[in-house]
Amino acid sequence: MVDVPYDRIADVPPAEVPEVELYHPKSWWTQYVFSQDAKVIAIQYSLTATAIGLVALVLSWLMRLQLGFPGTFSFIDANQYLQFITMHGMIMVIYLLTALFLGGFGNYLIPLMVGARDMVFPYVNMLSYWVYLLAVLVLASTFFVPGGPTGAGWTLYPPQAILSGTPGQDWGIILMLTSLILFIIGFTMGGLNYVVTVLQARTRGMTLMRMPLTVWGIFTATVMALLAFPALFVASVMMLFDRLLGTSFFMPALVEMGQQLKYGGGSPILFQHLFWFFGHPEVYIVALPAFGIVSDLISTHARKNIFGYRMMVWAIVAIGALSFIVWAHHMYVSGMHPTFGFFFATTTLIIAIPTAIKVYNWVLTLWRGDIHLTVPMLFALGFIITFVNGGLTGLFLGNVVVDVPLSDTMFVVAHFHMVMGVAPIMVVLGAIYHWYPKVTGRMMDDWMGKFHFWVTFLGAYLIFFPMHYLGLQGVPRRYHDLGEATFITPSVHALNAFITVVALIVGFAQMVFLFNLVWSYFKGRPSGGNPWRATTLEWQTPETPPGHGNWGKELPVVYRWAYDYSVPGAKEDFIPQNQPPATRAVQGAAT
Amino acid sequence: MAVAIVLLMVAVGSVLFHIYSPWWWTPIATNWRYIDDTINITFWITGAVFFAVIAFMAYCVFRFHHKEGRQAAYNPENKRLEWWLTVGTAIGVGAMLAPGLVVWHQFVTVPADATEIEVMGQQWNWSFRLPGKDGRMGTTDVRYVSSDNPMGLNPDDKHGQDDVVIASDDLHLPVGKPVKVLLRSLDVLHDFYVPEFRAKMDMVPGMVTYFWMTPIRTGTFDVLCAELCGAAHAQMRAKVIVDEESDYRAWLEKQKTFAELSGRSAVKRATYESGGK
Repeated sequence: MVDVPYDRIADVPPAEVPEVELYHPKSWWTQYVFSQDAKVIAIQYSLTATAIGLVALVLSWLMRLQLGFPGTFSFIDANQYLQFITMHGMIMVIYLLTALFLGGFGNYLIPLMVGARDMVFPYVNMLSYWVYLLAVLVLASTFFVPGGPTGAGWTLYPPQAILSGTPGQDWGIILMLTSLILFIIGFTMGGLNYVVTVLQARTRGMTLMRMPLTVWGIFTATVMALLAFPALFVASVMMLFDRLLGTSFFMPALVEMGQQLKYGGGSPILFQHLFWFFGHPEVYIVALPAFGIVSDLISTHARKNIFGYRMMVWAIVAIGALSFIVWAHHMYVSGMHPTFGFFFATTTLIIAIPTAIKVYNWVLTLWRGDIHLTVPMLFALGFIITFVNGGLTGLFLGNVVVDVPLSDTMFVVAHFHMVMGVAPIMVVLGAIYHWYPKVTGRMMDDWMGKFHFWVTFLGAYLIFFPMHYLGLQGVPRRYHDLGEATFITPSVHALNAFITVVALIVGFAQMVFLFNLVWSYFKGRPSGGNPWRATTLEWQTPETPPGHGNWGKELPVVYRWAYDYSVPGAKEDFIPQNQPPATRAVQGAAT
Repeated sequence: MAVAIVLLMVAVGSVLFHIYSPWWWTPIATNWRYIDDTINITFWITGAVFFAVIAFMAYCVFRFHHKEGRQAAYNPENKRLEWWLTVGTAIGVGAMLAPGLVVWHQFVTVPADATEIEVMGQQWNWSFRLPGKDGRMGTTDVRYVSSDNPMGLNPDDKHGQDDVVIASDDLHLPVGKPVKVLLRSLDVLHDFYVPEFRAKMDMVPGMVTYFWMTPIRTGTFDVLCAELCGAAHAQMRAKVIVDEESDYRAWLEKQKTFAELSGRSAVKRATYESGGK
């Protein structure tokens, strides 16, 4: 525990937990394809998420081309633009970030970091991936069906999402809702696994308050996702009924293009409540794993314990709980009862307090550290800047009356890209550079990594920081063409063109990263088992990459918290979690 | 060293950009300058925090980056410091939230003397309605919508007969008079959005939403739709013209009431039918 001085930690007796029966693969297929090993499943999740993420990247180029140079590209019309933004948003939020943090990092890191041999339910874990893959394939298929993907915006607000004035009304919306339902089924199987593994399969000595913050972040996010996704599931099923069976859950009596439709009695606002009851926790489902991971990156690469560990854990839990009572801040101008504004503005601004504590503790960890400016550390610094920026603009949008002029403008687009796009992706990238040596046994190329970081960080900042001011001026979002309006000055078009150029450059810098991933796999410098000299268990495996079952004959035993860096009097500037306190005597004699 | 300078430049550059940005809010045209004031308070507080955090971080990188022989300090936590930071943050948050809630209270409290007007959205155009001489608007229902009655007014409601219906033209408003803008939609979500007004609200089929404001200067303002409403969302435009009282009266005189409009089309249809026979 944190508050106990290092040399008073009680000795923990060796492992007595019974061994879990491991499933052993019998063929190439069950080892690499239908694998039940969490590490293989993690790689499968990560590769699938990256592949569909590249589609989202290309879509962002197309929409930026249209915004930067409207009218120049005849192959992008209003319908396609709406389809691009919808698919870009949906892919990035759910199919890339959620899947990558929980399915990818969660699967790889949870068993290794808590000292387990595998997830508790390996077979269900495998099913989780295959259902996720099916969800991705259904989503991708909408690009090829008649009418194309839905263009309802990633929020899928009815009634327009299922009416004919919106592109993709035929197949697009049906398959989108089907894909979401599949995704939630797949996620639930994986999510149960992560939660039970953290609660039940920790090795001897790994108390909850000795877990690395990475595990805390992923664990809390998973609990939240298990509680939040059902709201989206229900909303998707109901909307599918409205579209296919003509029910009226979300559809009031309405006249479409002069025709009276048969709907009546439903509530469009009900859908918004369900969507955001999922949608707001979703922001933190992406953010909390990032918070956890970045804490570990900063601590390891600054060679210093994370500052205020217990406060960090409680902040994660507090944010997770609070995030369930702030959802309607997405609906200040939705027409819901105006009195809601007082409540939701207050809860929303309160959540800023635990979030701010986390930021203070990250920068205070740097204070009097021994900061190694490695690529993971650079990405962690980039995360802090973009997250602080995006978090602070959240205080504008969360404060109900300030949101009124800014809602539905580019300010919102800039805000959420900074806070839940750029910032978590900074962490994803830093984490990949950090754990790549464990996964492959080789280091990623440092020069390419630094180039990738500077272009990505500075570029993303140049894209999204000025974009806030477009919104402040009143430029609305989801417009493929701003058209004529007195407040749309020539400088708006100039800034849009500038943003597009930078976006293309940042996009191409990701190709350097992908090349680095592949190149280093074959040509990278061999890393050894613990290249960053880190304390957490995954770096102490007998083999690198870790073998099936992770730990050789015996499970590791944990004697200390995850942050024993630069302990006074210790021989090295890090003490692994599984190093017994007996070595104190040796160190004591040496000093 | 270089890294620390770049990080500091990001903070300094952001502040300079804010000061010299040519992109800034439109000149306000309603009573909602309180909203602008609240945004300004928020800019000051968040700007200070942003600069302080990034500058501190840049200093740490400059001062404590790895050198041969450097050892990091070992200090797991500092309760006093953590509590001070928590309390300080809470005060800063309160300083933004309190004025925000006060202004929101004004925003949702419609003055008793506000004139009700109606804006209706449909894919993809705007219609407007003003109460007639009786000062009340008649009831509506989507069942009544037809080509002769595009806003779906109840033909049997006597309060609706003198309502001024503006189906495909610009809206005029008198300057200096508070208005409660009732919002309605026939089909999907729309949002009546005039950047200079600051106030906006979604229009939801099946219900009536509202906001209120007092125009404080004359001029012509663009109306846009701010809630995605389908393929031609970006083309859904109209204009609001804020007039001096006398110009407004002159314009109002020329507008047709619901009774006139429906009567005239009834006559037209009758002529057509008799001619056809």
